[in-house]
Amino acid sequence: MNVLSKVLALGALSVIAACANNDPSALGGGGAGGTGAIVPGSPSDPRSPAYFQQTVGDRVLFAVDQSTLSPQGQTMLQGQAEWLLANPDFVATIEGHADEQGTREYNLALGARRANAAREYLISRGVAGNRLNTVSYGKERPIEICSVEECYSKNRRAVTVLTGSTLG
Amino acid sequence: MMKLLTSLFVGLTLMSAPVYAQNSPLRLELDQGIIEPLPFAVPNFVPDGPSAAQYAQDISRVVAEDLTGTGLFREISSDAFISRVSSFEAPVQFADWKAINADALVTGAVNVSGKRLTVRFRVWDVFSGQELGTGLQLAGTTEGWRRMAHKVADQVYSRITGEGGYFDSRVAFVSESGPKNQRLKRLAIMDYDGANVQYLTDSSAIVLAPRFSPTGDRLLYTSYESGSPRIYVLDVGRVKRQELKTQDGTMSFSPRFSPDGRSIVYSLIQGGNTDLWKMDLASGQSTRLTNTPAIETAPSYSPDGSLIVFESDRSGTPQLYVMPANGGEATRISFGAGRYGTPVWSPRGDLIAFTKQNKGRFHIGVMRTDGSEERLLTASFLDEGPTWSPNGRVIMFTRETQGASGRASLYSVDISGRNLRPVRTPDGGSDPSWGPLQN
Repeated sequence: MNVLSKVLALGALSVIAACANNDPSALGGGGAGGTGAIVPGSPSDPRSPAYFQQTVGDRVLFAVDQSTLSPQGQTMLQGQAEWLLANPDFVATIEGHADEQGTREYNLALGARRANAAREYLISRGVAGNRLNTVSYGKERPIEICSVEECYSKNRRAVTVLTGSTLG
Repeated sequence: MMKLLTSLFVGLTLMSAPVYAQNSPLRLELDQGIIEPLPFAVPNFVPDGPSAAQYAQDISRVVAEDLTGTGLFREISSDAFISRVSSFEAPVQFADWKAINADALVTGAVNVSGKRLTVRFRVWDVFSGQELGTGLQLAGTTEGWRRMAHKVADQVYSRITGEGGYFDSRVAFVSESGPKNQRLKRLAIMDYDGANVQYLTDSSAIVLAPRFSPTGDRLLYTSYESGSPRIYVLDVGRVKRQELKTQDGTMSFSPRFSPDGRSIVYSLIQGGNTDLWKMDLASGQSTRLTNTPAIETAPSYSPDGSLIVFESDRSGTPQLYVMPANGGEATRISFGAGRYGTPVWSPRGDLIAFTKQNKGRFHIGVMRTDGSEERLLTASFLDEGPTWSPNGRVIMFTRETQGASGRASLYSVDISGRNLRPVRTPDGGSDPSWGPLQN
């Protein structure tokens, strides 16, 4: 839990840093020119999916059987929304997941609630709804496989997966 | 193999045998709490030629395993036998079977002619020296020998308990392999005892929760082959699948057939909310059954088709509700501590099986259809997804072990809570759906 809150805090900090340093217009065109060589598509390229995944942060976590967004989750999604607004060519699928404590079909429905909570937040921050799909995996795709809360807490998630650029 | 099974002809013909009209003294009353299994003997069926020898032995073994597997019967080892049964027609030496305390005796004969297999058998009440029912002859193909053995065992079970059997039936399930975070799932079908496994899909997409049609000819299931969960119907004989189109841009899952096989009830997710819908299969038209901001899923029809039991978290936690089959006001039936899910109406109509989660443990349980007389049959780290045997006496379910090496497998348990047994499958297994008795 400690580790987790640190990760979240770091994620939040980097989001804030990203907001402070890169207003959306700076991301366009020659915005990458300032700090040496940036390999396009690499995590150091602020327009890359890898940057979105690793620096902005692609996931929010949920409490047991809940789909309401925590303050950390909202901060994370705020960062995602800003990135998506700055990179309008991308569309995303939000994947909702549950931990293994629950029946298969209930967890499918719960994962859908979580994905939708993240989607609604992104829409409320200005991202067009037609850029955001959702899918629920229920408890079918855990990322952590131990059967204790440390793993469960990471599996109760909504992950924003960039599914490609609308411009190809 | 499918083709052979479906084309298997099993004829039931009465042999000329004396009929005893009066009730037999040998009777297991299943509702009276059976503690002591009934001892029986199945001497090897008599082959009427060398080509029938192996079949005769194998069929006798499967009959004995079916009966022993119920937990209601105990086989007496052939080591104890005094009599040898070398002719099906010769009079039974009842004294020899009484002496080893066999209450029931099954005798039989097997004939093989080319690919044609014929089995004759009789069931005896040893202590009264009377036949239970009348001798029967089953005809089929050599490839279908296990089915014929199951049919014999169903007859024995039925004559001794007075209830329908369940051995000549199949189970659809999800075959699982690989670690938890990369699990591969394939739709599969097998005999109730784990024999004759056939795979119906590959493992390229996640598949979930198959459900048999009432006659066993089709399966409903959920697959991610389009990228998100959608409902498919599969023709079991032809292994041909078709997507059941629901509204665009939605996820659908948790499909079950109505008892007449003409419509399905299922869960549809719109805007993150899950409600129950019904689809007429002929027209493809869907109608809404529930309309709440709660999760409504895991529906199951009553055998007469008039009611649906389902799971909803409208009270704050998942609980069981019953509503009319066309929607309308729902009545909550689960009130115990914990969370309830996956209700399944028994084929006899008297009970509802469910999954219960309480204090970090999972249970399979049964309750009456009004929620009274709840009984928990199992307990483990994760038990879920009950399905009923065709006669409503046995429940099969998924048990998953915990931890990084956790594995899902199938188990069965008697509705008395006794006779918990693993069901053998080649890999892991989950989400069983027990089909009807075959014709």
